[in-house]
Amino acid sequence: MMKFRFRRQSTDPQREKIKQELFAFKKTVEHGFPHQPSALAFDPKLQLMAIGTKSGAIKIYGAPGVEFTGLHKDTTAVTQILFLPGRGCLLSVLDDNTIHRWELVAESTREVGGVKKEGVVSLREVDSYSLPGRPGIESSSATRVTVLLLLKSCDLLCMGTEGGGVYVLELPRLSLKENQTLLQDHVTQSLPDDYRCGKSLGPVESLQEHPQQAGKILIGYSRGLVVLWDLSSRHADQLFLGKQQLESLVWERSGNLFVSSHNDGGYSVWAVTNGNIYNHQPVSSTIPYGPFPCKAITKILWRTTQLSSPVILYSGGMPRASYGDRHCLTIQQDKEHVTLDFTSRVIDFFTVHNMDNDKEFDDPSALVVLLEEELVVIDLLTPGWPSLPTPYLAPLHSSAITCSCHVTNVSTKLWERLINAGKAQQSRRHTHRKWPICGGKNLAPPPRQQELLLTGHEDGTVRFWDASGVALTPLYKLSTANVFHTDGDPIDDPHDPCDDPEMQQQQEEEEEEEWPPFRKVGCFDPYSDDPRLGIQKISLCKYSNKLVVAGTAGQVIVLGLNDERSDHLVDVSVMDLLQDREGFTWKGHDRLEPRLKPAPFLPGFQPLVLLQCLPPASVTAVALHTEWNLVAFGTSHGFGLFDYHRRNAVLARCTLHPNDSLAMEGPLSRVKSLKKSLRQSFRRIRKSRVSGKKRAVITTTSKVQEANAALAEQEEVAPVQRRIEPRSADDSLSGVVRCFCFADTFLRDGTHHGPTLWAGTNSGSVYAYALEVPGVDSGRTCERGGASESSMCVEAVLGKEIQLMHRAPVVSICVLDGRGKPLPDPYEASQDLSIAPDMTNAHSVLIASEEQLKVFSLPKVSAKTKFKLTAHEGCRVRKVALVLFSSAVQEEYSEHTLVCLTNMGDMHLFNMPGLRPQVRFDCIRKEDISGIASCVFTKNGQGFYLISPSEYERFSLSAKVLIKPQCSVPLHRHLGHMFTCDGTPPQTQANGTHKSLMGQAEADVPRSTLSSPLLDTPLDSPLSCADLTLDSTGELTVEDVRDFLTTVEEEENNLRNMKDEEGRSPDILIN
Amino acid sequence: MNKNHRVPSSRSLSAVEVKSKFGAEFRRFSLDRSKPGRFDEFYGLLQHVHRIPNVELLVGYADVHGDLLPINNDDNYHKAISTANPLLRLFLQRKEEAENTFATDPLTRKKNTVLSAVLLRPDATRKKHPVIISLPKDFRPVSSIIDVDILPETHRRVRLYKHGQEKPLGFYIRDGSSVRVTPQGLEKVPAIFISRLVPGGLAESTGLLAVNDEVLEVNGIEVAGKSLDQVTDMMIANSHNLIITVKPANQRNNVVRRRSSDSGASCYGYSTHGATASMPSHIIQNFSAGELESDEDEEDLVIEAGGEAEPIRRTSSTYSMPSMPRYEPHLNLRTAFTSASAFSIHTNGTLPASNSSGSLNHADANSATPSPDRVRRSLEEEGTVITL
Repeated sequence: MMKFRFRRQSTDPQREKIKQELFAFKKTVEHGFPHQPSALAFDPKLQLMAIGTKSGAIKIYGAPGVEFTGLHKDTTAVTQILFLPGRGCLLSVLDDNTIHRWELVAESTREVGGVKKEGVVSLREVDSYSLPGRPGIESSSATRVTVLLLLKSCDLLCMGTEGGGVYVLELPRLSLKENQTLLQDHVTQSLPDDYRCGKSLGPVESLQEHPQQAGKILIGYSRGLVVLWDLSSRHADQLFLGKQQLESLVWERSGNLFVSSHNDGGYSVWAVTNGNIYNHQPVSSTIPYGPFPCKAITKILWRTTQLSSPVILYSGGMPRASYGDRHCLTIQQDKEHVTLDFTSRVIDFFTVHNMDNDKEFDDPSALVVLLEEELVVIDLLTPGWPSLPTPYLAPLHSSAITCSCHVTNVSTKLWERLINAGKAQQSRRHTHRKWPICGGKNLAPPPRQQELLLTGHEDGTVRFWDASGVALTPLYKLSTANVFHTDGDPIDDPHDPCDDPEMQQQQEEEEEEEWPPFRKVGCFDPYSDDPRLGIQKISLCKYSNKLVVAGTAGQVIVLGLNDERSDHLVDVSVMDLLQDREGFTWKGHDRLEPRLKPAPFLPGFQPLVLLQCLPPASVTAVALHTEWNLVAFGTSHGFGLFDYHRRNAVLARCTLHPNDSLAMEGPLSRVKSLKKSLRQSFRRIRKSRVSGKKRAVITTTSKVQEANAALAEQEEVAPVQRRIEPRSADDSLSGVVRCFCFADTFLRDGTHHGPTLWAGTNSGSVYAYALEVPGVDSGRTCERGGASESSMCVEAVLGKEIQLMHRAPVVSICVLDGRGKPLPDPYEASQDLSIAPDMTNAHSVLIASEEQLKVFSLPKVSAKTKFKLTAHEGCRVRKVALVLFSSAVQEEYSEHTLVCLTNMGDMHLFNMPGLRPQVRFDCIRKEDISGIASCVFTKNGQGFYLISPSEYERFSLSAKVLIKPQCSVPLHRHLGHMFTCDGTPPQTQANGTHKSLMGQAEADVPRSTLSSPLLDTPLDSPLSCADLTLDSTGELTVEDVRDFLTTVEEEENNLRNMKDEEGRSPDILIN
Repeated sequence: MNKNHRVPSSRSLSAVEVKSKFGAEFRRFSLDRSKPGRFDEFYGLLQHVHRIPNVELLVGYADVHGDLLPINNDDNYHKAISTANPLLRLFLQRKEEAENTFATDPLTRKKNTVLSAVLLRPDATRKKHPVIISLPKDFRPVSSIIDVDILPETHRRVRLYKHGQEKPLGFYIRDGSSVRVTPQGLEKVPAIFISRLVPGGLAESTGLLAVNDEVLEVNGIEVAGKSLDQVTDMMIANSHNLIITVKPANQRNNVVRRRSSDSGASCYGYSTHGATASMPSHIIQNFSAGELESDEDEEDLVIEAGGEAEPIRRTSSTYSMPSMPRYEPHLNLRTAFTSASAFSIHTNGTLPASNSSGSLNHADANSATPSPDRVRRSLEEEGTVITL
């Protein structure tokens, strides 16, 4: 056997080249819902929606797959966004009173290594402008921008300010037109004395351009005055002397009416008739939720329809005393009245409606509401205004994510069954109308393989997401709560109410009697009925469609996929992991009570067996071997092995250290509850944030906050002491089971292989059991030949115990075959989905602890190679994955590589089984503990981690496998260019967790074919081949369009032509 | 060795009278007490005066108490010269036949030292052996200053041997800032310092580390640019054989180099000011590369479970004696070792006192019919200590 010794990384040029062909780090997409959104905009021409966040990010979405991201230099909240319709250009206003101009920019095309490479197109900041303070007034708040208005001509931008002034900027240069500035004094002069009363008009609350007459704008002041101002003649056409504090204004399409919404929860309709300069009274005034005091209507929209009366949409206005805390948006049309009741604050909303000047009516088709935690779209064309499922921007955190699991290359069969199960779940309320925001074109080819991301949540649900492409789309939701009898819901209500049509009918009836007519909309529900339901570990076998889900209260549920609804009783099996150890009393939570009656289960994954660990501590590790029908599970007390086919407990082993008292504390102990308390405090912070979309004026409170933050920073600087002591056997929580491994390998001797189970603990112990599985050729002569298979039980015999002397927690165990490759998953070998493992040469086992990586030979466990990561680098291993990397250049070449994510947030790649370091990439900020903890790897070199409670960052370590946005947007800019856009701007990320890339292979190095391909690991596994995606991208071209295309018709013609051209056969771009 | 730490009482004689015995032959000569020279010169002189140029020798001398002590380096050579009063009696032996002169059989001795270092606990039944004086290599070092000849004099590289010690390493580190001289002038840089020594801990008892010493390297890896947590993790990962390079806060006790040709037997002294007397003498030591490679000490423990099928349901709770696992350090199988430990486990209480003193402790602690759990626990504890 070859003896591998760790050597320092050599600088063999050929090896370096291969490394470049295998590894490349790139953050590709952000999946999910932007954290803390603060602004919303819609471009009706390009059909693009932009969302700004408090961290200064701007994200643009169009049709599914069309995404752009931009990040302001300062992490200041984006307060407003404006599109320059049809130009691929937008303006953003930040909290620091600066205006930024963004454009979708393309770089010139380059020819690299024979591959035509499209210049990266990205959302880029091209200009910024800061409004200077008004001379003579010190307070910066006077010139603070409150509202923006972009004139239809797109050449002027009006800004309303806190001080009541209206400033005009010239576009695209964002230069102030001094002579156009309208200060309050101008307006007050023309006011009647009795209205003036010497008081200021207050900040500008709304600016709206006249829908028919260009150059006329409606200016609404906080005090209630509304002025129709003619920009060209600089003269007030009409004055509307409102008495109630103003919140927002909206024009009716004809320009004969406008509507104002007010602080008292009412709205007024004003007629704009020529002749009258002064209008004292509105045509009508309504307080919809009166007569008792109501909260302000913060924004109102008035949309005309051809067939019926106008649709009125407004947010707020709830009766202060009874529903003042609700986040509501009302849709009204004639007698129809729905109060959408959201679980989080309404940030902003818009309607998708007819913008054509020829058309007489708005005819809104959809309402898009941006909430703090999700995006809700309401179909306004379908009676009853059902909500529309979002193809992206899904609130991943509708209940907090507790774990995740990724499955590559899911078979079409399973995929379809999951989709069908998901469709069956969708309620009547959902409509299947087309997604209204459909701008841009996704050029990415349909994914080569289906990828599934499973997320476990605090409320006991497991959500299945389509992670094959740029848009992370929900497929199916599995709830485990109905396996248990919880106090919250009665026994005869097994489902999530939204899942059951009957329940909804009931609800609907109830709702109709209620006033206001509330309707729960959206799925963000952060409050879990029972924290014990939380999902901790998930394992899915894609071949046998078996799923194991394990939770906080020691529950392990084995589920099978069933296309039919079924009513059955779930078998319960209790496993005592303490094994009669004395002196231990569990002080944590109780187990969940299993439901005693048969329960109805919807099509999808249905529970078969419930295993209950005792004590009911959180499950810390789970493994599933479907070929042997075995599930292994561990807690902080020990581990168990269960045969779910025969419903038979095979093994229970206590790993508890005698001195470990903390293990019995349950999840409320200091250590374990850290994560939870963090989450809670985040929630608290979020709640305490000032609500209301209006500007947050720099007040004393914010200054205090700043001071506190500064103080907190100082505290961090203060010296911290660290004790230097080796780990001892007495450390608490040393018995926590961290990982399992099922393998058919040589445990007892070198000639007979058979099923084995490996378990690693927090204290560096590894237990290896030889399993006798009836029907599985264990490689040794079966002594019990006479016994029939059904009567035989699976047996486990302890083969070896390994104690790592450094005692660091064992993070992962993996058995390697005679060629040093990881053993295939269950069924892969037996169903010829993978090449059979090499059983002739000696196997070895990789044991990765937090400090060291070690490969031991089998069956005599002797160290072959090792890498002491912590001793060398001072970082600790957090996550480990064995990944198959394929060369981006050589079709056949691939390598098994060990990927380590450390507590410093960097990725270390090691070759297998030599454990020689290959590359290191900085990936996650080391302060981002939850990001590091949430990281999950795919089998082909990609990964996901949470950058916020609601967003997954997708990254790629592979030079070949890459999923990133590739989309085109037709842009009618003065240049007349049409850009084909690659939506991933380099080095920008919404949450700023980006670190500089070190050791990254230079992507643009010309690659010539290798003369002697070092094929020491021939890729002959069909599965491994299938696991790889060759990410072919559509041809990315910039089509120049002649300058004479200025008229709209010509532009449209041109657009049509270019769309045709796009249809050309795509080149394959490998990067 | 430190017992004889006596300053020579008189300087009356500048010459030391030497009486050297090899076999049946005696040689007499004298040496200058103030300029004894180096050990290798002395060794050559002995070979010369006895006319045995190619014979490997073990050199011993009788100290004031009449004990036979070895002379094999500059250090104990100087000690011998300085304590000779007035006659220095030397006993020379051929190396090959001299193994047992200073102590018992090296193998058993090794085991004894290892086991006693490891398992030594207050134990009434254990006989007090007379102190065995042996070669320095036979001692288990606790700490040392190493690489004196390659480091700047302002730095000190300290090696702490944790294995088998009951003592904790016993120190804390903290963040801080240090001033560096750069081309741009003085610059404040973040640095790591020793912040606290635990009384009675290894770090304190060696006297080689002190509060506010700046940590520069951990096992050869610079800590500059690393966070406190990283350095903590590095130290813990290396805790079985920790080599810390520090810049002592107190620069007065620095090791001063005297130029010597042979680095293996370099001769060091201390600067005269300061508490030189309190410094233990064993710190002056250099290590070969092989010795630094201490990975062998870090063997993981593999327990082979007894071969035949145990009743499944009881595997975890009951450890019946026949299926007792056998301990095997998987690397570098030291047979004496393994058998000894295995023996101690199996016999469990009927252990001959001569074999392993440490395990007797368990025998006393455990009742005649130990609960399976207790056996298992003691098993684990022994397992962890035996493979150090």
